[in-house]
Amino acid sequence: MARIMSATEAVKLIKDGDTIHVSGFLSVGTPLDLIDALLQQGSKNLTVICNDGGFEKGVGQLIRSGQISKFICSWCGSTPEISDLVAKGLLEHELNPQGTLVERIRAAGYGLGGVLTRTGLNTIIEEGGYGQKVHFNGQDMLYHTPLKANFALTQAFRADTSGNLIYHGTARNFSPAMCMAADIVIASVVNPIEEIGSIKPDEVMIPGGIVDVLVQGVG
Amino acid sequence: MSDKRLLIAKRVAKEFKEGMLVNLGIGIPTMIPAFLPDNMNIWIESENGILGLGPPPEKEQLDPFITDAGAKPVTIVKGGSTFDSNFSFGLIRGGHIDITVLGAFQVDEKGNLANWVVPGGKLAGMGGAMDLVTGAKKVIIATEHCDKEGNAKIKRECDLPLTGAGVVDMVVSELGVFVFTDRGMELSEIAPGVSIEEVVAKTEAKLFIPENVSVMNSF
Repeated sequence: MARIMSATEAVKLIKDGDTIHVSGFLSVGTPLDLIDALLQQGSKNLTVICNDGGFEKGVGQLIRSGQISKFICSWCGSTPEISDLVAKGLLEHELNPQGTLVERIRAAGYGLGGVLTRTGLNTIIEEGGYGQKVHFNGQDMLYHTPLKANFALTQAFRADTSGNLIYHGTARNFSPAMCMAADIVIASVVNPIEEIGSIKPDEVMIPGGIVDVLVQGVG
Repeated sequence: MSDKRLLIAKRVAKEFKEGMLVNLGIGIPTMIPAFLPDNMNIWIESENGILGLGPPPEKEQLDPFITDAGAKPVTIVKGGSTFDSNFSFGLIRGGHIDITVLGAFQVDEKGNLANWVVPGGKLAGMGGAMDLVTGAKKVIIATEHCDKEGNAKIKRECDLPLTGAGVVDMVVSELGVFVFTDRGMELSEIAPGVSIEEVVAKTEAKLFIPENVSVMNSF
């Protein structure tokens, strides 16, 4: 069974210096209540892996508050502060092609040694040393390491008390990969948390067995 | 909306065939579906996790969890589906997308594309663009021929950071259609009322001009 906690209690598990996967695509599917709780808690020196910084709400809030020391993403066009923070040496920033980013996360969760992809060949990804060029099966490829985290913060649409999760619409995005690639999974749930058994096995998108903490979201 | 952009969108629409999976970038590419025959069904993929992207919602259909890759509310067509980012980029990188249509800052005569670093702008990131140009079966660039200052966008060699090297299959501008063959970058169609001299004058890339160039069909 997953433990049910408030957002404030749940983020107390997170310590300064931890690495955190945060789900969401432009904050659609991002657990904003957990982001707010992290802001309140003031955790520092975090490494955050998220597709993007979101707009006014999202991981960008933690960048602007100076709580993130390393940010790994695929797009940061809505968080222009990043350039200045990097220039001042206050933030380490790493860009990945989106498909490479989500596969690096999946590789960590699925026990694979990394990702081999042609995406990024002859671009900054190769030339900047983000991916290591290798030659396999007669093809040039870029090798990328897996991306594991201490925590995955996700926003589910429905959950039951065993921790089974269901997503809706385009809010699923990075969550399945991230929930597999973290030691502790904290899910904020949009709808009222349901009794065990109310979600049928075939409907489950992320099995409760890997979900540690449920937080009743504010909708 | 300028006539140039309509002309480009109408011409690219001719490349679409019944049942294709397509991914459309922002700008001119999003105008294309309006120019498809009424009885033609295509599947528009959105990299945040939709196959079967539909038009913007009416007020009563609005669902904050159904969004496009710019986080704008959208609908999903009948028979459409949603999925996570790993699946989405599996579709994209795995060669399941028949056509992607994207904009460009620069394209060059070797089929290199630069469309992820805004000239003179702050760093934004590549998002899914590198995966799309690497994995889609056909990469079409839909772009105005010159930039706002009148500079050629079709270059000898891109000087902006690349999205992909040798990835472009076709360029459609308001002046003509360009394809890549073993003869190099070739003018395959010319827009009505445009002279070959004008195309050459406004293009920096070395073009192969066949003896007979057909008139661009966009009706």
